Amino acid sequence: MSSSASGSLALSPAPAGRAAPGRDGQRADRALRARKYGVRTVALGYLALLLLAPVAMIFYRTFEHGLTPVFDAIGEPNAQHAFWLSLEIVAISVPLNTIFGIGMALLLERGRFKGKALLGLLIDLPFAISPVVIGLALVLAYGKTGWLGDWLAENGIQVIFSVPGMVIATAIVSLPFVARETIPVLRELGTDAEQAASTLGASGWQTFWRITLPGIRWGVVYGVVLTTARALGEFGAVSIVSGRIEGETQTLPLFVQARFENFDVTGAYTAAVVLALLAFATLVLMNLLTRRTRADTAA
Amino acid sequence: MLGKGLLGVYLSVLVLLPVAALLAKSGTGGASQFWREISSPEAVAAIKLTLIVSAIVVAINAVFGTIIAWVLVRDEFPGKKIVNALIDLPFALPTIVAGVVLLALYGKGSPVGINVAFTRTAIALALLFVTLPFVVRSVQPVLHELDVSMEEAAESLGAGPLTVLRRIVLPSLTPAIISGVALSFARAVGEFGSLVLITGNLPFKTEVGSVYVFGQIQNENLPAAAAVSVVLLAAALVVLAALTLLSRRRSKHVL
Repeated sequence: MSSSASGSLALSPAPAGRAAPGRDGQRADRALRARKYGVRTVALGYLALLLLAPVAMIFYRTFEHGLTPVFDAIGEPNAQHAFWLSLEIVAISVPLNTIFGIGMALLLERGRFKGKALLGLLIDLPFAISPVVIGLALVLAYGKTGWLGDWLAENGIQVIFSVPGMVIATAIVSLPFVARETIPVLRELGTDAEQAASTLGASGWQTFWRITLPGIRWGVVYGVVLTTARALGEFGAVSIVSGRIEGETQTLPLFVQARFENFDVTGAYTAAVVLALLAFATLVLMNLLTRRTRADTAA
Repeated sequence: MLGKGLLGVYLSVLVLLPVAALLAKSGTGGASQFWREISSPEAVAAIKLTLIVSAIVVAINAVFGTIIAWVLVRDEFPGKKIVNALIDLPFALPTIVAGVVLLALYGKGSPVGINVAFTRTAIALALLFVTLPFVVRSVQPVLHELDVSMEEAAESLGAGPLTVLRRIVLPSLTPAIISGVALSFARAVGEFGSLVLITGNLPFKTEVGSVYVFGQIQNENLPAAAAVSVVLLAAALVVLAALTLLSRRRSKHVL
C-alpha cells in the first residue's frame, strides 16, 4: 500500500513474523503513519509555541492601531539617533572583524607556529563568555579606574561610556564568525592552486588576491552576514560600556529596553520589529548563501 | 610578519588584556576575598539558579532538538524548507527582542491568558528560545548521513520502533546531541539580553548570575562582579570542555 511497507518487504524476502500483506500489514501501516504524524505534530507544535507565535504576536501588536503610530515612533529623534548609532558601530566593527577574521583563518589553517591551538582557543573564547562579563572586563581594562585608565585619560581618549568602547565590545562578541566560517572553506580549497601560482612567480599578495580570496569569498560573506546580525543585536556588553544615555550612547537594542521599561510600548515594539525585520533579512541571505556555497563546491 | 603583529595587537586589545584585567580584579584580595564574594547568599542563590535552570533547559533541548532534527531530515511536508530556515531565527534575532517577543505573548496582558513574567518559568522559556538552534543544527547533519538500511535491517529482524530508536538511532546521534547540549549550556549560563525584561531581577527568586554581575557593576562593587564572572566563565568552560571530550570519546566508540 504505502511505499515504505512495500520497500521493507522488498528488502526482506522472508519477513520473520512481520508486516505480511493483509490486515496485519494495514495495521502496521496505520501505526507507522500515526507515529509519523505524532512526531511531526510535536516538533512543529513546539516551534510554533516557542518561536512563531511570539514573533507573530509582536508584529500584530505593533501594527494593530494602524501605520500612523509606527511611523511616528520611527521618526522620533532619539529612535533615529539609536538606529544610526547602531549602523555606525556595525560599519566600524564588521570590516575590522572581516579583515582580521580572514587573517586569523589563514594563520590557523595555513600557518605553522607554536601556540596555534592557543590561538584557536582565544578566537572561540567570546562564544563562551557572557556579554556582561565581556563588558565588565572592558571596564576593568579601559575604564577610569582600569589598567589603562590613567594613560588613556592623559592622552585624552575616552573608551568607556563612549563610542570606541561600544565598538570594541561589539567587535569582541562577533569576533569568531568570519574565521570560523572561512576555515572549513580554506581547508576544502587546498593549497594546490596557491602553490602553482607562487611557482609561476606570483607574490604572496598576488596569490591571495587572485587565488585564495576568490576561492573563499562565499565562506567569508557568510561569516560577514553572521557578524553583522550579531553586531547589530548586541545588548549586554554594550549596555555596560555605553552608559546608556538616550540620544547619545543608546543603540537600537538599548532603545528597545529603555522604552519598554518606561512603558512606551509602541516605541519599544516598533524598534523591536525593525530589528526583527533585519533578522529575517539575515535568514534569507544565509539561505541564499548556503545554496551558493554548495553550488560552488559541487562545480 | 607585519600581519601577524597586527593580529596580535587586535587580539590583545579585544580579548587578552580585558580577560587578564578581569582575572586580576577577581584575585586582588586573595583567595579569602574571592571566596567571600562568591559565597554571599545572594551570589550563591544567583549562581545556583543559573546552573539549575541551564541544566533543565539543555535537557529539554536534547529531547526536542533531536525530535525537530528528525522531522526536518526524515519527514516530508509542505513548507519544510521555511521551517528549516526559521530554526536559525534565535541566532539572528537580537536577544533583547527575544525578551520583548516572549513577553508580548506570555507576559502581562497575554492574549492567551498565560503570564509568566517575573517567574523562573520565564527564565527557562527565554533560555529555550535563544538556545533552540544548537542541538537541532548539530544533530541534523549526522542524521542526514545515517544509513537507513541499518534501521531497515533491524526492523525486518523483528525489532519494534522503540528498539530501533534505542539500539540503532540514538547511539549514533549521541555525540552530536552532547556537543549541541554543551554549546547550549555555555550559552545559557551567560545569557543576559533576553532575560533583562522578562525576569524582573528579583534577588533570591529570578536573579541569575549574569544579572547579578550587572547589578554589582551598577553598584560599583567591581570585586564581587569580577568574582562571580569568573565562576560563570569557569562553569561554562568546564562543561564545554568535559562534554566535548565525552562527545569525542562516544563518537570513537561508535565508529
